Parts: sequence; C-alpha cells; structure tokens
Amino acid sequence: MTQYRGLDKPKGRSFFLFWKAMFVAAMLALVAFFWVASSSVEYIWRWNRVPQYFWVNEAADVRAEAEGDVTIIDRQGNEQRVVVRDASGEEHTHMLPGEGKVLVSSGDFAYRGDVLGRYQLNKPGILLEGLWVTLEVSVLAIIGGIVIGVVTGLCRISINPMLRWGAIAYIEIIRGSPLLVQIFLWYFVVGTLINALLEHVGLGGISPLWYGVMALALFTGAYVAEIVRAGIQSVHRGQMEAARSLGMSYAQAMRKVILPQAFRRIMPPLAGQFISLIKDSSLLGVIAIRELTKATREVVTTSLQPFELWIVCAVLYLVLTFTLSLFVQYLERRAIR
Amino acid sequence: MINATNVHKFFYTPDKLHALRGVSLSVAPAEVVVIIGPSGSGKSTFLRCLNRLEYADEGSILIEGRDILDPDCEINEVRAEVGMVFQSFNLFPHLTVLENLTLAQQTVRKRGKAEAEKKGMELLRKVGIAEKHGVYPDQLSGGQQQRVAIARALAMDPKAMLFDEPTSALDPEMVGEVLDVMKNLAREGMTMVVVTHEMGFAREVADRVVFMDQGSILEVGSPDKFFTAPEHERTKLFLSQIL
Repeated sequence: MTQYRGLDKPKGRSFFLFWKAMFVAAMLALVAFFWVASSSVEYIWRWNRVPQYFWVNEAADVRAEAEGDVTIIDRQGNEQRVVVRDASGEEHTHMLPGEGKVLVSSGDFAYRGDVLGRYQLNKPGILLEGLWVTLEVSVLAIIGGIVIGVVTGLCRISINPMLRWGAIAYIEIIRGSPLLVQIFLWYFVVGTLINALLEHVGLGGISPLWYGVMALALFTGAYVAEIVRAGIQSVHRGQMEAARSLGMSYAQAMRKVILPQAFRRIMPPLAGQFISLIKDSSLLGVIAIRELTKATREVVTTSLQPFELWIVCAVLYLVLTFTLSLFVQYLERRAIR
Repeated sequence: MINATNVHKFFYTPDKLHALRGVSLSVAPAEVVVIIGPSGSGKSTFLRCLNRLEYADEGSILIEGRDILDPDCEINEVRAEVGMVFQSFNLFPHLTVLENLTLAQQTVRKRGKAEAEKKGMELLRKVGIAEKHGVYPDQLSGGQQQRVAIARALAMDPKAMLFDEPTSALDPEMVGEVLDVMKNLAREGMTMVVVTHEMGFAREVADRVVFMDQGSILEVGSPDKFFTAPEHERTKLFLSQIL
C-alpha cells in the first residue's frame, strides 16, 4: 500500500486496469526482446541439456590402468575390487561401487583402457553443488556478520574512546575498500600467513572457504554495525531512562529493553544487507571456492550453452534471495510491535 | 530519606546553562513534597538529579544516607529503592503490561517468574487495570498507561517515589484516575516527590509545597500557607497566572 493514499483524488478502476495491462505488456516485450536477440545471433536454445548439471545420472566405466591378467575379483566392504597384475608382477587395484557390474572374470587378459566394470553414477551435479556452497558460505557469513555487527554497533556508541574509535576505524576501512580486494587480502595475505604458521606448528591449513566466509562476514559486519547503531539510537531515550530508573544495569537495559525494540526496526535494512551478501558471495570464485557463479562459469566453458546457464544461475540466486526476503517479512509480521 | 544540599547543575549543549543554582531540600519518610514552578525553572532537572538520571555537578545528594554522587556508589541499588514515573510513561512497548511489571523484578530483584507475576497482578489490581494484564501498552489509554507505569515502579518495593509531571501528557478526563492512584499511595505513607502543575493535588495531598524559579527554590511552605499567603512576589505572580 502506498504511504500517501487519500491525499489526492481517488483513482478510478480504469486507471488500475490500464496500468496493470501495461505491466503485462512490458513483461511480454522483455521476453520478445530476448527471443529476437537470441535468434539474431543464431543461438540454439538447448534447455534439455541443463538438467544434467543439476543431477548426474549416467553410466560410468572403470578402465584398466595397466596391461595384464585379472587375478582377484572380490568384495571389500561396500565396494568391489578388481586387481590386474602386469608383466612385471606389479598389482593394480581398481575399485567400483557395490551395486556396479564387473564385466571381466578372473584369469582374463586386460589391455590398458579395457572396461573392467560399469556402474551408475547418481549424484548432485555441479550447479547444485555450487548452490549448496553459496548457501553454506552465505549462512555462515550472515551469522558472523550479525555477531560482528552487533558488537561493533555497541562499541560505536560506547563512551570508551578505544572501543568507539576502534569501531569507527573498522567500519571506515571496510566500507572504503572494494570487497574483491578484501577477499584477495584475506586469501593471499592473511591466508598465506596463517597457513604458514599452522604448518609450522604441524597443523593442516585452513581451506579457502573459511577465508571467504571471514572476508564476507567482516565486510557485512561493518554495514550491520551502522544499521544496528541507527536502530539503537532510534529507540527513544526515555526507554533507557525508564529501564535504568528501575535499577537495571546498562547491559541489562540494552539486552532486555533497547535491543529487542531496535531489532524490530532494523529488520528491513538488515534483510537488504543480507541479500547483498548472498549476491556478493559470487566474488568468492576468485579464490577457488566453487560457488554458484564459478560453477556456472565452468559449466559454460564445457557446454557452450551460456544463455541457458546464466539465466539458470540468476534464477537460482533469485530463489535464495527471495526466500530470505519472504522469511524476513514473516518475522516482521510476527513481531509487529 | 532524601537529603539534597546545595545542588548545582550545568548544561553545556546547546549553550551553557546554569540549570540548578544551589538547591537544598530534605524529604522525611512518608512525606509528600510537591514541587511547582514555571517551565524552565529546573524542577524536573532537580527531580532527575535525585536518582542520578542527571549527574549533579556540585553539592551532595544523600538517599537513605548513601551519597549518590560518590563515584563508588552502587547507583543501580539506589535506583531500585527510588521509583520514578515519567511524563511520557516510557512503558516498554515490546512487552505486555504484566511483563512490564515483572521484567525489573526478575532482573534486578532476582525474583522468580511466579513470584514476580503474583506481585505484578497484585499491583495491577491496586491501580485498577488487572484485566488488561495481557495487552500491549499501545492498546491502553494514556491514563491507563500512566497507572501501569506507577505499578511498574511500585513493583520494586521502592522506599520513595519520584513523579515527573505524571499528568501533563494526559487528556483532561484521564488526569483524575492517575491522581487518585497517587493520593492512595500518599495515604499509605509512601515518601513522594512530585513535580506537577496540578494545584488541586498539591493542596490536598502535599505536606510541603516547594516553589522553584530560575534554578533556585524561592519558597517552601505548607499548602495552606503557600496558596493563601505566599511570601515571595514571584510566587504571587505565578499563582495569579495559573489559578
């Protein structure tokens, strides 16, 4: 509903009918544009090729790695084993899943590259895996961003200069530099340093995914901090006075009185921030995290179907962001007060 | 009970202002003191100094012998003993009426939920809105909200109550219900300091009336003497303007 309904002369039914029709016409024009554009470059749409990148269901072969006699065929737990002994007596082990079919028998002679067994591959495709990584990274970064944002927002309004200046410095630095550059810094500078240290003390390195999550969480945290600060300051000061006059401490009043009210108000801007975050996660492809965008790029290079795949990619992002937006609207309605 | 001596208060924004110029006032237990005066006279500021919502710059303020201007003073303990009622109610809008009453009981007085709710319902009955315990403050009228605010302060079992123009934001027909609650409270022996423009209330309930102007106390007296035979010229002028 518009905010200023009733300030002007009421519009008639024909007004709304006309502009609804115009909206539909505009949508149709958009579709037509795509169709004309694609036919003018003689692009052949092959939507039937897309599903395989969501779910892989195809026959896979296990081929001999060496030339020699098949000596052993048996089961090893859930898997089947085919051993080929080559002329020098070295044994080459080939594994295939339990439900797969072994196509050779003991004593057969196999040439290098012969099919030893065949099984059905049934697993999520690269796009679905990419979508999952995007979802995982986004959820982790949102949680991190909320924690960092609330703490920084509280520091931002503290009277302690160390906390306040620290918060201001953090917010200004993060907001003043491109996210892409921050991701590079996290991965190549901080990541190299930390992984070298971990190696030094004999621990394994941290995967790029976590550096990506850290970069995104810190980036979002700076924006969330400003949103939280504005939310806190929008709560009438009488609320803090009332809480304190009852004998509550600053922390108690903040937790029980101010923040619950602030959070209800900052829900919409927070939602906007987190939708940005989901979209910004597409930058993480540059540090070898195979999220949705990078996955799509890889598929495009192999399939040569860029139109379909980029459209699918955009729709998948839309599914994520729209779900989040609906979820926040639900929360808002529930906490209407 | 309350002992304020030579209290000074300065404000620096937007301009330097000497808001309180050496205010001294003692309030005995069970006494009702009403502070009146023109707007800008510092009466609200002085009241807010008494539970340190404003930090007095000079002088001393003792609440039950505790110096609240002492940096080591546990101000939260003192505030729990001194209830405060605001002009704009300041109820917590995200909590129900009953939750408004139980929150501080549970966090400050460390009472259990059942005990706090029992106490809360008792007080809601006392101020006459027990049936509204489950609604949110914005569904109440101004008078009802202010009565809830009084009950919220009383839930802490305070030894004294401060009222900062409790009826100024109310529609005229709701002033009476709030004043009735305050009169009952006075009759029960609560120590009260009330900043108000309700002269009828001052006349009926006050043990002493204090007149403030330009940051100083000009006149203190019993209501009878104050309203019938004021000494100070400024008091006479003020009374002639409002009565």
